[in-house]
Amino acid sequence: MHQQGEKMIDAVSQKSWSPYVVGSLIGILSWFSFATADKPLGITTAFEHAAALTWAAAIPDMAEQHPYFAAKRAEGKPPIIGWEAMLVVGVFFGALLSARLSGDQNRLWVPPMWERRFGPSKWKRLSAAFLSAALMMFGARLAQGCTSGHGISGSLQLAVSSWLFISIAFGVAILTALAMYRGQGVQDV
Amino acid sequence: MSEPNKSTTNEKVRPITQLVLGAVFGIAFGFLLQKGGVAKYHILMGVLLLEDFTVIKVMLSAIIVGMIGVFSLHRMGLVQLHLKPTRYAANILGGLLFGVGFALLGYCPGTGAAALGQGNYDAVSGVLGLMVGSYLYAEASLVLSKSVEKWGDRGQLTLPNLVGLPTLTFVLGFVPLLAAVLWAIERAGSGG
Repeated sequence: MHQQGEKMIDAVSQKSWSPYVVGSLIGILSWFSFATADKPLGITTAFEHAAALTWAAAIPDMAEQHPYFAAKRAEGKPPIIGWEAMLVVGVFFGALLSARLSGDQNRLWVPPMWERRFGPSKWKRLSAAFLSAALMMFGARLAQGCTSGHGISGSLQLAVSSWLFISIAFGVAILTALAMYRGQGVQDV
Repeated sequence: MSEPNKSTTNEKVRPITQLVLGAVFGIAFGFLLQKGGVAKYHILMGVLLLEDFTVIKVMLSAIIVGMIGVFSLHRMGLVQLHLKPTRYAANILGGLLFGVGFALLGYCPGTGAAALGQGNYDAVSGVLGLMVGSYLYAEASLVLSKSVEKWGDRGQLTLPNLVGLPTLTFVLGFVPLLAAVLWAIERAGSGG
């Protein structure tokens, strides 16, 4: 028992685990998510609801009358703080926990690889991140999923929508990344 | 089991058990994403620059293990499937926009939340951008739902439906194929 405990502590204090172990555990996590919550693991719905609730809190009259809310009410899926929102909050704390236990915290505003290519400007990185995240989420909402909802949960259910979305998303992301770094690699940027 | 009095106290917040379950799954998911290294900018850009295949290894392992378990549970009648509708135009256009944004940001929505947890503060700006992107979609959804989202709308369509095979047969062929892709990536990596 004592040795097993030490092994556990050893594992959580490691900075990285085998990608096959991590992937398999995410796969197993998805079984339990289907079985206990009757939901696939997905991230984008929470952002949709968070945006809608913020909007409703800021300008309640306008938001409540907006066709988006009417459509969601008709679908029986009004924006709420539920399982999905807590999942995203959990992802933040889970990563925080893992990074703390292994001393793998970055505490950085600009990723070093970005800095070598685009310079140390914090504002340049933050504005690029803001705009690209907005574009990415618009695409995710349109396709109804992201790397988690389509890429993992939808793909494992063999949905055509998911395999189509994730193939195109990765294909375009590869072309964009190659253009951004112009043939320079991760190491030699 | 059901506590109707709790769910009616605030229509915008779900019962406490759902919130706790969501948080538990989220913590496990975030913990795994961080341990897998896939919340790191250089690992995510590594796969997009075709140099580091950690992301593919994690995703394909999750898909293989998840597929075997979820379809087994489904056959036993223990779980329901939740397929996103296939809408060709929306899936393709969404994928195009997502791909450009993903490469420029260097995180996806889930790994962005995890990146913030591990101390990549630039993800704060990413998370705000995700909220704005959601808002812009909600504004545009009235128009999009009457146009793009109607084009090539095939409903809940699976790969076995598309090729005309029973799901079990398809899974039995597809799992070894995905495993072979992983094996080939591993072999190519160790050879170079």
